[in-house]
Amino acid sequence: METYIFILFATLAVASAVGMIMSRDTVNSALFLVLNLVSVAGIFLLLKAQFLAVVQVLVYGGAIMVLFLFVIMLLNLSEEEQMLRRFSVRYAAGFLLGVIVLSQLLYAIASMTGTLPEIHPEMEQIGTVESIGDALFSIYMLPVLVTAILLTAAVVGALLLAQRKISGKEKK
Amino acid sequence: MEMDWYLGLSAVLFTIGVIGVLTRKNAIVIFMCAELMLNSVNLTLVSFSAQLGDVHGQILVFFALCVAAAEAAVGLAIIIAIYRNHLTVDVTRINLLRW
Repeated sequence: METYIFILFATLAVASAVGMIMSRDTVNSALFLVLNLVSVAGIFLLLKAQFLAVVQVLVYGGAIMVLFLFVIMLLNLSEEEQMLRRFSVRYAAGFLLGVIVLSQLLYAIASMTGTLPEIHPEMEQIGTVESIGDALFSIYMLPVLVTAILLTAAVVGALLLAQRKISGKEKK
Repeated sequence: MEMDWYLGLSAVLFTIGVIGVLTRKNAIVIFMCAELMLNSVNLTLVSFSAQLGDVHGQILVFFALCVAAAEAAVGLAIIIAIYRNHLTVDVTRINLLRW
């Protein structure tokens, strides 16, 4: 049963990722990425990481992708012309490098195959909100506070970059 | 079910992200491919965490999510600023710092 659910989610994830890089319309790409993120959240559930699956859907699929869609619709981009129509060195080099990366990664995984164990039996207690919050607010207290500073700095930086007059000079 | 399938799926998703970054010209799509690569690395971390029964991998994924959110906000602001100056997000036409 678990294997079939994994195959379903994995097919969905790979297909939507391919659709994302192949589709000509940017809005379609963003929606394919949402589908991909939700199917990866399903795989997180299979790995018994309940909290991260919910956070993935809420933060990635909700907040970050809404930000992307806002920017795409704000810029009102026209469709990309001649995306894959004519052969060029750029695509050939891209696919060649992609194949090299994939073969390296799969070689590294294949050398470990058979030695990797199954899901740890205690995993159902580990993936819960309770145990993650326990670790997050005891030994990881300082990184959580640093994250708050990071997010504040990111918001201030984004506001500063996206405002109309960066140098403060008036254009006439 | 063994862990290699999860790691293999993560490798395939990462590679699709790499190909997208290398071949697409739209800056927003390139940015989304970077998010895809971050996400596939998160999948690797969660699968190792599940394999070892250790909570620390999931904590790292949590922090990676925070950094991804910050990165998305700043990166999209940069893309908006570039669009305001050049009226395009085509990375082949943004060549101010390119030799």
